[in-house]
Amino acid sequence: MLGKTANGLFWMYRSLERAENTSRLIETGQRIALTRTGDADDEWRSIMQTAGVEFSYNLSHDEVAKDQVIDWMLRSKDNPSSVLSTIAAARQNARMVRTALTMEVWEAVNACYMATKEDLARKVSERDLPAVLKNIRQRTALVRGTTHGTMLRNDLYDFARIGTFLERADNTARILDVKYYVLLPSVFAVGGTVDNVQWELILRAVSARGGYRTVYGSTINSRDIAQFLILDKRMPRSLNFCVSKLRDNLGYLAQDYGSKLPSLDIADRLAQRFSIHDVDEIFDFGLHEYIQSVLSSLGELSGQIEEDYRFYV
Amino acid sequence: MSDGEIFDEMWGRDATLRSPYSEFNTWFEAEDPARLRQKQREADDLFRLTGITFNVYGQSAAEERLIPFDIIPRIISGREWQKLSKGIEQRVRAINAFLHDIYNRQEIIKAGRLPQEMISKNEAFQPKMIGVTPPGGIYTHIVGIDLVRTGDNEFYVLEDNARTPSGVSYMLENRETMLHMFPELFAKTNVRRVSDYPSNLRRSLAACAPSMCDGPPTVAVLTPGIYNSAYFEHSFLADQMGVELVEGHDLRVVDGRVAMRTTRGYQPIDVLYRRVDDDFLDPLNFNPESQLGIPGIMDVYRAGGITIANAPGTGIADDKAIYSYMPDIVEFYTGERPILENVPTWRCSDADSLQYVLDNLSELVVKEVHGSGGYGMLIGPTASKKEIADFRKKLMAKPTNYIAQPTLSLSTVPIFTKKGLAPRHVDLRPFVLCSPDGINITPGGLTRVALKKGSLVVNSSQGGGTKDTWVLED
Repeated sequence: MLGKTANGLFWMYRSLERAENTSRLIETGQRIALTRTGDADDEWRSIMQTAGVEFSYNLSHDEVAKDQVIDWMLRSKDNPSSVLSTIAAARQNARMVRTALTMEVWEAVNACYMATKEDLARKVSERDLPAVLKNIRQRTALVRGTTHGTMLRNDLYDFARIGTFLERADNTARILDVKYYVLLPSVFAVGGTVDNVQWELILRAVSARGGYRTVYGSTINSRDIAQFLILDKRMPRSLNFCVSKLRDNLGYLAQDYGSKLPSLDIADRLAQRFSIHDVDEIFDFGLHEYIQSVLSSLGELSGQIEEDYRFYV
Repeated sequence: MSDGEIFDEMWGRDATLRSPYSEFNTWFEAEDPARLRQKQREADDLFRLTGITFNVYGQSAAEERLIPFDIIPRIISGREWQKLSKGIEQRVRAINAFLHDIYNRQEIIKAGRLPQEMISKNEAFQPKMIGVTPPGGIYTHIVGIDLVRTGDNEFYVLEDNARTPSGVSYMLENRETMLHMFPELFAKTNVRRVSDYPSNLRRSLAACAPSMCDGPPTVAVLTPGIYNSAYFEHSFLADQMGVELVEGHDLRVVDGRVAMRTTRGYQPIDVLYRRVDDDFLDPLNFNPESQLGIPGIMDVYRAGGITIANAPGTGIADDKAIYSYMPDIVEFYTGERPILENVPTWRCSDADSLQYVLDNLSELVVKEVHGSGGYGMLIGPTASKKEIADFRKKLMAKPTNYIAQPTLSLSTVPIFTKKGLAPRHVDLRPFVLCSPDGINITPGGLTRVALKKGSLVVNSSQGGGTKDTWVLED
C-alpha cells in the first residue's frame, strides 16, 4: 500500500467525520438560538470555537450574526472546514485513492458530494436548514455504511478508521475544551436554566442526548456529562471510546506489518489516561488542563502516524 | 434515413437495413421512445455517479465534464471484425519491428524505403533509445489504431496511436452501462465480451517483466495526477488490474531499481504502465523542469531494472509524417501487402505535394504532423474563406509541419435524438495489447461519434461523444 494512499484514506474519512460534526454543531446552534430568549451570539461564538473556525470568521466578518455564521460553517469556500469544503476534500481524496475503495464506497462518496454541492449551491434558508443538515449526515452515514459493509479488513480499513476516530476524538475534546467552565462545580445557579441550556448544547453537539438518558435518566448534571463524554466505554463519541478504537487499529497495523511503531506507543499512553475509574480525579486534576493535554496528545499522535506510515516522505 | 452518398452502418446507402442491425432494429422498433429518452438520462446519471468524467484543459481545475454517451450501439459483424483484426495485428507487428529497427540497425533506411531525414529530423525520435532493446523486444505494448469506414468493405487507418492511447475505460464503461440499462437486449443478441481487457492488460504487462525481476512481477500505473484530463482512466485501469496507481513523487530510484513509497518502505516496481509523456518521464534524462517524472528512471530502464510501457520513443511510429510511409513499413517488415489501407496522404514537406495542397485547400483535410485531439487542423470543405486564408499562411510558413488528406465521407451510425434516430459520423479505435506471448485485440473498441449534424470531428474535446461498440458472434 502506498504511503500516499494511507494519507488519502486518512484524510478522506477525517474530512467526512468533520463535515458530519460541523453539521451537528450548526444544528445545535440553531436549536439553541430558537429555544432561548435573549442574545445567542455567545453560543454561536462557542460553536465556531468548537469547530475551530472562529479566528478565520473574524478575519472576514465584522460581527457575529446567525445567518453569516451558518453560511460560513456550511458553505463558505474560504473556510476549509465548512461542510462544503470538507465534503469536497473528502471526495478529492477519494479520487486520489480511488483504487483503494470499493465501487460502492466510491459511489457513495461521489453521490454525497454531488448532492451536497447542489444543496449548498445557494444560501440555505432557515426553513430548509433542518432538512439540509439531516441529508448531509445521512449521506456521510451511507459512506460509512458502505465502508463497513464492503471494504476488506486490511490496512486500508485501518487508515480509514484511524482518520475517523482521530477527528471524532478531536471534536469531542474541543467541545469540552470550549465549554469546560459550564461543567465546573459552581456556587452560582447550579442546575439553573443557563446551565441546562449549556449542558444540552454539549450533549446535542455530540448526539449524546438519547444515550445519556438511557444511562443516567432525565436529570442532567455536569459530573455525569463529563463522565459520559470522557470516560464512558459504550458511548461512540466519548474520548475513551475513540482512543481505544485508535489503539485497536494501530495495533492491527502493527500486527499486520510485524513492527510496533512510535504512534502505537502514543495511543497506548493516551488510552491509559482513561483507565482511571471516575471523573472526580479529572476534576481534581483540573478539567481544562486535562482536556488540553488530551488535545495536544491527539495532535502529536496524528503527526506521528503521518511519519510512521510515510504519508508524505 | 440515408442520403445515398454517405454509407450508414445501419441502413447502408439505400435505406435497406444491414444484417448486423436486424435484431437490434426489431428490439428498437418495439421500444417506447419515452422509455428510451428516460434511459438516455439515466445513462448520464450513471456516468456521473461512477465519476467517468474528464477534465478540460484550460478550464478551472475543478471542472469535470462528462463525455456524452449515446445509447444506440454501433454494431460490427463477426466477419467484418475478422478482417479488421487481421489487418490490425499485421500493422501492430510491423510497428514494433519498425521501432526495433529504427533504434538499432535502421535497415529500412539502408534499403532506401524511408528517407534518413524522416528520422534524424523528427522530434519524436528519441536518441536515448538508440541501441536499447526493451524486454521481450516490445516497444509499444498498448496500441490504438484509429479506423474510419467509408463503405461496406472500405476501412482506412486514419492514425496509429503508439505512445499512450487513451479511451479504453470508456469502451469498458459504455458496455457496463448498456448491460445495466438494457439487459434484455444482450440476452437476445450474441455480443462478444470486452470485460476481460483489464486482466489481459495485466497479464500482457507482466509478461514483459525486466531481467532483474525475480518472482511475480509488480505492475503499477503512473499518472500525472488527479488534474490530468485522463485521470479517471488511469485510476480505473489501476483499480481494474488490482495494481497501484502512482505519481512521480511516490517513486524514486533505490539500489538500481525504481521503487514506490509504501506504508512499509520502498518496494521495487517491475513494469510501469506510464500515462506520462516521454518528455516528462525523467528530469535527469529529458525535460529537467518535469515534476511528474522519476529522476534516473531511464538509467534503470537501460540497465534492465524496469519495463516502461510503452517504451520511450515510440512516438516515432505514430508521427503523422511517418504515417504516410506505413504501407511501405508494413510490407518491409512483414513481407505481405497491407490488409488495412492508409488514407492517401500528401506530405507538405515535398514541394510538388505542397503545391497540390495549396491549390486544393478547400477540399482537403490538413493536419499538423505532431498534433492530436483534433486541434490545429483544417477541414477544407467546412472551413470559411478566412479560415482557409489564415491556414494557408501557417502552412506556407512551415510546410514540413503539415500533411494533407482527402476529406473522406466517413460512415454514419444513428444516434438517439428527440426526433428519433439520426445519422452521425463515427470513427473506431480498437485497442491492442502486445507482449512476447502474442497480440491481443479486444473485439470492437471505442466508437467516437460527432454529435453535431454533418460534423466530421469526433474528438471529445470538441463536442464528440461515444457509443458502445458491438462485435457479433456470427
